[in-house]
Amino acid sequence: MTKKVALFPTCIVDAVAPEVGFAAARVLARRGCDVEVAERTTCCGQPAWNAGHAEPAAVVARTTLAGIEAALAEGAEAVVVPAGSCTTMIRVFWPELFSVVGQHDAARRAEAVAPKVFELSEFLSGSTDAGGARTFSERVRYHPSCHMLRELGLRDEPCDALAACGYTVDRGPERCCGFGGLFSVKLPETSIAMADEVLDAALDAGATDVVAADGSCLMQLASRAEARELPLSFRHLAVAIDDAEQ
Amino acid sequence: MTTQPISRTPDLRDRTVTAVVDERLGRALANAADTFEERRGVARAAFADADAVRTLARSIRADVMSRLPQLLEQLADNVLAAGAYVCWAPDAQAARDYVRDVARRRGAKHIVKGKSMLSEEIDLNPALESDGIEVTETDLGEWIIQVANETPSHIIVPAIHRDRGQIRDALRRVADGELSDVPEELAAFARTKLRAKFLEADIGITGVNFGVASTGTCVLVTNEGNGRLSSSVPPVHIALMGAERVVADWDQLDVMLSLLPRSATGQAVTTYVSAMTGPRRGDERDGPDEFHLVIVDNGRSDIAASEFAEMLSCIRCGACLNVCPVYRQIGGHAYGWVYSGPMGAVLTPLLAHDEYSTATQLADASSLCGACWEACPVGIPLQDMLLAQRRRNSAHVRPSEKTAWQAWAATWSRTGTYWASLRAGTVAQRLLGPRLARLPGARNWAAGRALPKAAEVSFRDAWRRGER
Repeated sequence: MTKKVALFPTCIVDAVAPEVGFAAARVLARRGCDVEVAERTTCCGQPAWNAGHAEPAAVVARTTLAGIEAALAEGAEAVVVPAGSCTTMIRVFWPELFSVVGQHDAARRAEAVAPKVFELSEFLSGSTDAGGARTFSERVRYHPSCHMLRELGLRDEPCDALAACGYTVDRGPERCCGFGGLFSVKLPETSIAMADEVLDAALDAGATDVVAADGSCLMQLASRAEARELPLSFRHLAVAIDDAEQ
Repeated sequence: MTTQPISRTPDLRDRTVTAVVDERLGRALANAADTFEERRGVARAAFADADAVRTLARSIRADVMSRLPQLLEQLADNVLAAGAYVCWAPDAQAARDYVRDVARRRGAKHIVKGKSMLSEEIDLNPALESDGIEVTETDLGEWIIQVANETPSHIIVPAIHRDRGQIRDALRRVADGELSDVPEELAAFARTKLRAKFLEADIGITGVNFGVASTGTCVLVTNEGNGRLSSSVPPVHIALMGAERVVADWDQLDVMLSLLPRSATGQAVTTYVSAMTGPRRGDERDGPDEFHLVIVDNGRSDIAASEFAEMLSCIRCGACLNVCPVYRQIGGHAYGWVYSGPMGAVLTPLLAHDEYSTATQLADASSLCGACWEACPVGIPLQDMLLAQRRRNSAHVRPSEKTAWQAWAATWSRTGTYWASLRAGTVAQRLLGPRLARLPGARNWAAGRALPKAAEVSFRDAWRRGER
């Protein structure tokens, strides 16, 4: 049975990680989904919201809210997001954001779309797997992202999705990578020290391949690892699953 | 009344940089935090349903807050009925003045203190010392930092920033001979020194962990016995209580007492739990002749009326400090005020009263990871409160920052200009290359981190061209 699914790629995927968008689309297609990109979406507004600027955040979020509504109106049964924090923004913080700026109608609309919006591994946990023989075997270290873990409660889903396609998953500590949006440039020394602790723990555990479900955490960790010339590679969850299934 | 900053470095980032480069501090913080976290996990596991206890505790705190004025009246009435004195201190000045008056009336020369963050909040020691009184902190950690002329860097472990060598170095100042860095020997040294202070003290001052309204009982949890000595050996005991630290009855106390030590040090129960109802009765051998309860507001009523009211549910266990990845890197002193970690970042600007004080910067000392909320035994949504404070602060940002966000919103609220901005990023990277890192904004990222590379073709454009 074909399920029509809209992909909300997120601004990070659009701007610096297009391979994640394509990988997510392929992974979904292998599970029988008819994938379209939610064309009228831009960004969830999280950068401004987390910095305390609700008004500009709401201006941008309204556009993406309308884009998600349009995709659902065109027949999509679900909106899939390859990012835990953007999913959190939509599901948890949009109603609050629109209420804070007095746009109560938008807050109600946000609550209405929330049950149809899923983080990628969360969506996969409810679908059949891609099928085929499992000859793939590789060890990866999963870095849990904070919003996905604590706001959405998605602790096992990403690890299960990786394990289901053959990975041996080493779970990293539930400790922030130090990105935190503008935090990373407002207190850069602290932000980098936080990244270093996560990276050093990965090295100590003998990891070489780190996987995370959020492009922002990956950007932070990979950028710091590159500056330190660490022998670690980084992949988004969607790419890791796609690699295993190719 | 303004709570004065304890750090002279006004900029938050400057303070964090000093801390981040201190490797010894980093090791001390990581060791302590990991130990406490491990113990807290074990202690939590002893509950059949830890989440249910947390929900119960949160509802108890909400119940208390919903009738705080009545419960405080009841507490005060019962404390008075037990033969004690009660002072309602609207601010720090009033609280200090009351304690100084008692000391003056008693002709006090020596005062011993149990650990009380509230006394730090109201700057009590300098006020008493200016009256010529010798004040001695008797909690080991507090005594160490008093001797070292420092401030607490953790609400329950004030000297957490010092390793044993640094503790020995501090205590040398009051030792006649050499000291080893063996913990037991340092503790024995402190015990000998402090025992003499207890015996000569004219007044003992402690905090109050919980005030039980139904019986007028002040409850204190300690591990070193110094709280019990401070409250029962000197002829006068002054207990300082934040106006939010009340419970209705012993049933509520039972729940809170089972959570506080588990969340703080991972203990099921502290070594000492002291429950004090008024002064010594005629036929009792121990206890003070005079007992004073000072109920301190110092901004708490304003907090109760604000969107941050739930912050008054805080029981000062320190769990949020122990799990905070930011506190773990920078320690307590970098926060610059008495309270640190996530609870301190929320509470300090609310207590510091001056909305434009640099305390408002503390809302930035968080990646909003939510570990504090997860660890909080009474479920305070600390990360949501930090975000609410950022929203409050946003009214006062530089015009350039406001303009930048408006420009961002104008560009990213229309798909056409959003797509164009993605292409502009690609072009900028092609033209500027590594020089991109020198742009303002990118500079703070690029010191120590590689710049992310803009896609050759954005995902949107590539998808629209039919790439799959």
